[in-house]
Amino acid sequence: MVVNLLEVNGLTVTFPTPDGPVRAVRGISFGVDRGRTLGIVGESGSGKSVAALTLLGLTPGASVGGQALFGGDDLLAMSEPELRAVRGARIAVVFQDPLSSLHPMYRVGWQITEAIRAHTPASRRAARERAIELLGMVGIAQPRRRIDDYPHQFSGGMRQRVMIAMALALGPDLVIADEPTTALDTTVQAQILDLLHRLQQELGMALIIITHDLGVVAQTADEVQVMYAGRIAETADRRTIFYRAHHPYTLGLLGSVPSAAGRGRLTPIAGQPPSPIRLPSGCPFHPRCAYRMDRCTVEEPPLLTVGGGPGHRSACWLPVDARRSEVMV
Amino acid sequence: MIRFLVRRVLFGILVLWLISVAVFVLFFVAPHDPARAIAGRQATAETVALVEHRLGLDQPVLTQYWHFLVRLAHGDLGYSYYNSEPVRSLIVARLPVTLSLTLGGAILWLLLGVGIGIASARHPRSLLDRSATVFVLGGLSMPTFLVGLLLLYFLFFRLHLLGVDAFPGGGYVPFTQSPAQWAQHLILPWLTLALVSAATYSRLTRGSLLEVFGEDYVRTARAKGITEQRVVYRHALRSALTPVVTQLGIDVGALLGGAIITENVFGLPGLGQLAVQSVVTQDLPVIVGIVLVAAFFVVAANIVVDFLYAVLDPRVRRR
Ligand SMILES: Nc1ncnc2c1ncn2[C@@H]1O[C@H](COP(=O)(O)OP(=O)(O)OP(=O)(O)O)[C@@H](O)[C@H]1O
Ligand SMILES: [Mg+2]
Repeated sequence: MVVNLLEVNGLTVTFPTPDGPVRAVRGISFGVDRGRTLGIVGESGSGKSVAALTLLGLTPGASVGGQALFGGDDLLAMSEPELRAVRGARIAVVFQDPLSSLHPMYRVGWQITEAIRAHTPASRRAARERAIELLGMVGIAQPRRRIDDYPHQFSGGMRQRVMIAMALALGPDLVIADEPTTALDTTVQAQILDLLHRLQQELGMALIIITHDLGVVAQTADEVQVMYAGRIAETADRRTIFYRAHHPYTLGLLGSVPSAAGRGRLTPIAGQPPSPIRLPSGCPFHPRCAYRMDRCTVEEPPLLTVGGGPGHRSACWLPVDARRSEVMV
Repeated sequence: MIRFLVRRVLFGILVLWLISVAVFVLFFVAPHDPARAIAGRQATAETVALVEHRLGLDQPVLTQYWHFLVRLAHGDLGYSYYNSEPVRSLIVARLPVTLSLTLGGAILWLLLGVGIGIASARHPRSLLDRSATVFVLGGLSMPTFLVGLLLLYFLFFRLHLLGVDAFPGGGYVPFTQSPAQWAQHLILPWLTLALVSAATYSRLTRGSLLEVFGEDYVRTARAKGITEQRVVYRHALRSALTPVVTQLGIDVGALLGGAIITENVFGLPGLGQLAVQSVVTQDLPVIVGIVLVAAFFVVAANIVVDFLYAVLDPRVRRR
């Protein structure tokens, strides 16, 4: 059996709130290996960010269950200093909005060198040279001059490049990009995704891209995992997700991907995602599901192997498409 | 950056000029008779006329204003009606007292207030935070003179009865004469100012810091793997200090014009005490001088605050 760089088993994350426990992540397992890209897709509130950030202990106040083996060590069992040594150095994060995610009062060079010097004994000068090199690597022109600029002096796309440079500063084994393009213009989005993809090919790290837009993972992800209400609704390799999706929720998301030809309007899934405090009985998607069966309202489906491709699993009671799987096998 | 400061300074000068006009109108043009007040009831009309002439009050209002302005531009604030001393030397003699009192107090209340604020924000709803809240409520609800008198009673009078004279009950010793005695005489007044103001500052720091803790860039800082100390002091506090700096500018500017209550409770010969005396003796030029000096400090404190903003936040420098 292949052991992935990251192996998450049965992760649960619950936030105690005055209104009751918020079950943001309800038992999910996933993994990603070096050189591979995992796309985590789902609507707002499905628990994507919480699932990823909990791995680094960045969800204060949460009660966490399960296991997250990273190179064999359980991240969730680490002490704060142990985890701090992993953060930024072995696992780095690129956040959604680069304007609010960079400190507005410090020069970008300072912010990058701070990360370097937190984990290595590099001299100020060496760290600065490394930062210049990184800025060049992510495609910032004249990095030697731009390094002393403040975040507000960069455009949105350039700021996200700075964030990426900062994430790559220590050559991490895993980069988590949490909606890295959501705050950017469409044209810039494509550039940033290309950059992430290219850097991943060059550096060979594992990459997790979190997004609510299947279009974002269409070109980049090896595996795709669709989340709904804190659980995995469907997971498979990218081709299977795009061509042989099983879960009605995935099909709904696919319906809302703008097609390349530009024809056909977006058809978003009707209704709202459930509140994580008061989840519906049975399958959490059943109130919005066009293919609801009686069983769906009482019994929550586990992740079942549905065989559209290797490792294709779906949390849905609908039968497997028999004709198609015959063709497949 | 330079242009930004120059503009602030020019604006400050404009404000000061407007205040000087207001002061002139209020105090010199208002219908009252300073010559008669100085000469006294018994004086002859000739004496009063002479006094009026000496004070220049017999000239047309515009001429008077011009002279007032020219003298002001030279830093000349006129002479006290009461004892004919130059107002400027009266004020200059009192300034070190008020300056020592205010700056020392400000440092103490900043350390106390910001320190408590940081601790409360890092452990919200902890025992420490709750005790700080009680302390703050106490500080906010107690008037300055009461705090001053309580300190006097317990730390001066009661100790004095016990034969311990750790803290003098009042008076002022110039720093140049004896730094140790200077500090010793100012400890209780400093404490008074600090206890009254620290409350505001700890609330301000706590609230501001809690807000900044929710910012994305603080999460980024944590994600870098730097220590929590660094996250708090280098990343969060830097942004959280902005409202604290504003408040500090307001408070210090106001106190430099005369910490009236504290100075009078502790018998400190500062601007505040001079202000009270001048009002009692209706010594107009001195009152005007103090008003102008106080206004100057408020305006100057505002400029310093603007400057600190620009130092703290690069985004301000562009404006
Ligand atoms: N600190 C917290 N306390 C309480 N509830 C929280 C907390 N953080 C997240 N949640 C809840 O957990 C759920 C999952 O949040 P999460 O941020 O993972 O969503 P997401 O899938 O990343 O969505 P988005 O697209 O909005 O980023 C949400 O319902 C959110 O309200
Ligand atoms: Mg999110």
